[in-house]
Amino acid sequence: MRLIIRGGTVVDPARGRMYRSDVLVDGERVAAVEKRIPARGARVLDAEGKLVLPGLIDMHVHLREPGQEYKETVATGTRAAARGGFTAVAAMPNTDPVADTAGVIRYVLEKAEDAGYARVCPVGALTRGSRGGELSEMGELCAAGAVAFSDDGRSVTSAAVMRRAMEYARMLGVPVISHCEDETLAGSGVMHEGLVSTRLGLRGIPAAAEEVMVARDLILAEMTGCHLHVAHVSTAGAVRLIREAKARGVRVTAEATPHHFTLTDRAVGDYNTLAKVKPPLRTDADVAAVREGLADGTIDVIATDHAPHAPHEKDVEFDAAAFGLVGLETAVGLVFTELVAKGVLDIPAAVAKMSLNPARILGLPSGDIEPGAVADLTVIDPDASEVVDPALLVSKSKNTPFDGYRLKGLPYATVVGGKVFLRDR
Amino acid sequence: MDLRQKAIILDRDGIRRALTRIAHEIIERNKGVENVVLIGIRRRGVPLALRLAGKIEQIEGSAAPVGFLDITLYRDDLTQLGYHPKLYRTEVPFPVTDRTVILVDDVLYTGRTVRAAMDAIMDLGRPKAIQLAILIDRGHRELPIRADYVGKNVPTSSREVISVQIEEIDGQEQVLILEKN
Amino acid sequence: MLGGSILQSKHCLGLADMSTEEMTEILDNAVPMKQVISRDIKKVPTLRGKTVVILFFEPSTRTRISFELAAKHLSADTVNVSVSTSSVSKGESLFDTARTIKALGADLVVLRHPAAGAPHILARLIDVPVINAGDGMHEHPTQALLDLFTLRERKGELQGLKVVIIGDILHSRVARSNIWGLTKFGADVHLVAPPTLLPAGIGQTGVTVHHRPEDALVDSDVVMVLRLQRERQREGLIPGVKEYARLYGLNAARLALARPDAVVMHPGPINRGVEITDDVADGTRALITDQVANGVAVRMAVLYLLTLGREN
Repeated sequence: MRLIIRGGTVVDPARGRMYRSDVLVDGERVAAVEKRIPARGARVLDAEGKLVLPGLIDMHVHLREPGQEYKETVATGTRAAARGGFTAVAAMPNTDPVADTAGVIRYVLEKAEDAGYARVCPVGALTRGSRGGELSEMGELCAAGAVAFSDDGRSVTSAAVMRRAMEYARMLGVPVISHCEDETLAGSGVMHEGLVSTRLGLRGIPAAAEEVMVARDLILAEMTGCHLHVAHVSTAGAVRLIREAKARGVRVTAEATPHHFTLTDRAVGDYNTLAKVKPPLRTDADVAAVREGLADGTIDVIATDHAPHAPHEKDVEFDAAAFGLVGLETAVGLVFTELVAKGVLDIPAAVAKMSLNPARILGLPSGDIEPGAVADLTVIDPDASEVVDPALLVSKSKNTPFDGYRLKGLPYATVVGGKVFLRDR
Repeated sequence: MDLRQKAIILDRDGIRRALTRIAHEIIERNKGVENVVLIGIRRRGVPLALRLAGKIEQIEGSAAPVGFLDITLYRDDLTQLGYHPKLYRTEVPFPVTDRTVILVDDVLYTGRTVRAAMDAIMDLGRPKAIQLAILIDRGHRELPIRADYVGKNVPTSSREVISVQIEEIDGQEQVLILEKN
Repeated sequence: MLGGSILQSKHCLGLADMSTEEMTEILDNAVPMKQVISRDIKKVPTLRGKTVVILFFEPSTRTRISFELAAKHLSADTVNVSVSTSSVSKGESLFDTARTIKALGADLVVLRHPAAGAPHILARLIDVPVINAGDGMHEHPTQALLDLFTLRERKGELQGLKVVIIGDILHSRVARSNIWGLTKFGADVHLVAPPTLLPAGIGQTGVTVHHRPEDALVDSDVVMVLRLQRERQREGLIPGVKEYARLYGLNAARLALARPDAVVMHPGPINRGVEITDDVADGTRALITDQVANGVAVRMAVLYLLTLGREN
């Protein structure tokens, strides 16, 4: 099976280049990248006016399987990923049971294989049951296919446990992904602590709850030499801490989500539970700082923290509602609308943060379009525009705060190992 | 609503004469005003009650107390109105129990306002009697209510509107009959 | 006589999004209501045949009774529903309740709930008017309206009044509603509390923040004292109740700093000897019993304005 992606602009994030070229895919691999490739019976995908990117990777996704299949399954989540332009996702381990055994890791990989949409790279739990006590058998998990470790959803409360986990992860050569939140400062908070939470009478989570933990983990990363990846950076202070740590050579990378570079706590409006997320949506100054961190390279990755929830978990009192929102199918549109169109990132830089950089962090063989590379490609139509309609999402859950947003720059086709998924089909 | 003026029923002098006659009738019927109180229904019943009291005092040399009644909370059409009538204060600074209460209003039409006013008065006490003084009786009663004192009977059709204009409220003094176009 | 209501909203959820015109309409309508309840027969037939559901997810006798009396004085039928939040999972019960309310054919719902925003959610689920009778730390609009009514009655004008609110602003929905209401009417609002009992960013809402009562009380016209829950000590928000009483309690000496005609208010129930001393609470300047009586009148006005004339 041969496929020619015809007439598109190929984006090469590694070299910061964009050039017009055809791309020939033969089987699961890229066979040629040349100005003009004759069809010779190959299937032709017209990419005139479109961008051809190395397959996008969302390194922060909750697929909910096993255990919470009513919210999402590996199949529905990876289908949503493919529709959103992602060829691979990293699946967070806070399933039920938690991905703290090789069995769960293998289960998720098998489910992904069966589904046949985007690839799944499982993230293993740092500690057993993600309870923050004993370490999980990290070596076994790596052998089963785990690409990183995290207790995402909460912080590892004990600094001593985090230190040991980092030491182990360093030995294994995998990153530790840290959800940075000091639980004593966050308390029972449900949104950012500030004027808006005061007006709404909702308990706040101060920016310091994130920053205190970012600081601790940076110090531990410096001490252990472990690669620390800070998940979903949301505050100006956290951006500053990471920037400073990078400057003095700490092995740290960081990610930001589309909702944290787009929305503020005002999105909570009149108790809109769809805008209830951890870390919480912050202030204008924080959004500006996150954008600046993306622009100056402090923040390496854009990841969605796709967190599906069923209607009955969101159609409740704000205090009782679940944290989290779905992001796979709106991420590309938000990156192009909010970052590229507004001059925060040029196209190669934006693409790097969604392909090359996560691939490097997770040690995946992607991020380049060259002969011999695995044919994971994303085709984006930078001129396509639509208004977000939750009903059209293929994710099992529809909990997006972007209902009604106009997005410009949308995925057109996602190619996973040579297999083509057209978005509007 | 487009209204066309059809006729002037009473002018300034007409209103004055009607009220003077009613004042005489009240005194005559009650053999003086010793036990009589006047209560005007807001809004145009209020100046009418005050004027009647003035006339009674001129004639009799003794005054009847005057109160004002807001009947909004007693209306039976509140749920159908689609808006909130403004509430005014009720000012009846004297007991009504065992007194003869003369209710005063400008127009008697369906009788529902008077029904509400009687309920309101009953909640203030137990009068010996309630009598009704009205400037214009235009007919079309929906309840078994009649006036004891009438300034002028004006047979009307339901397409017609009676507009009572009183100096204190409207800046002029006349009663018009209008017709809906 | 004609002319629609000024009240824009179908519901009464909070003073933060109510205009001064709307608040004034409620206060004006409360005047004749107060007249009604001062008579021997404290009942008018206005809401005859209407059903008011009083739905409390939090124990409260005072507010519930005040709403119930208000509804009864207007001849509405009342249904009291008390739900213990511990017995049912929170979310489900609000949904179930909305369904029940629809089935009951309620004409208006009064809701007290421990979660901020619960009345907003209920208002989205049902199409009858909802009155917020206190939601978490968010708002308690009718309490603030009765405070405004009491002050207007006593002081004539709210504009320019120096109002000092002392106590646990952080957890107080009454304080929040009063802050929004009073500042909109042009009162000069001062807050006094230790930093641990002040909500984030409150200084940006047009009020002046102090940590010592002495700094705020000078020349004040009104002193509002908030209840201090003893569990604040256990939660680590204050070092101790006794110390709090000494630093923040309103006593005669502190009240002497205020204007000679200054009045004292308290939303109740009072923690005597903690946030206010007996002599001040029972003194001639305390409007605490006026507040209770006016509460019924103000709630009658809100019930009247929200229940009627909403068919179109």
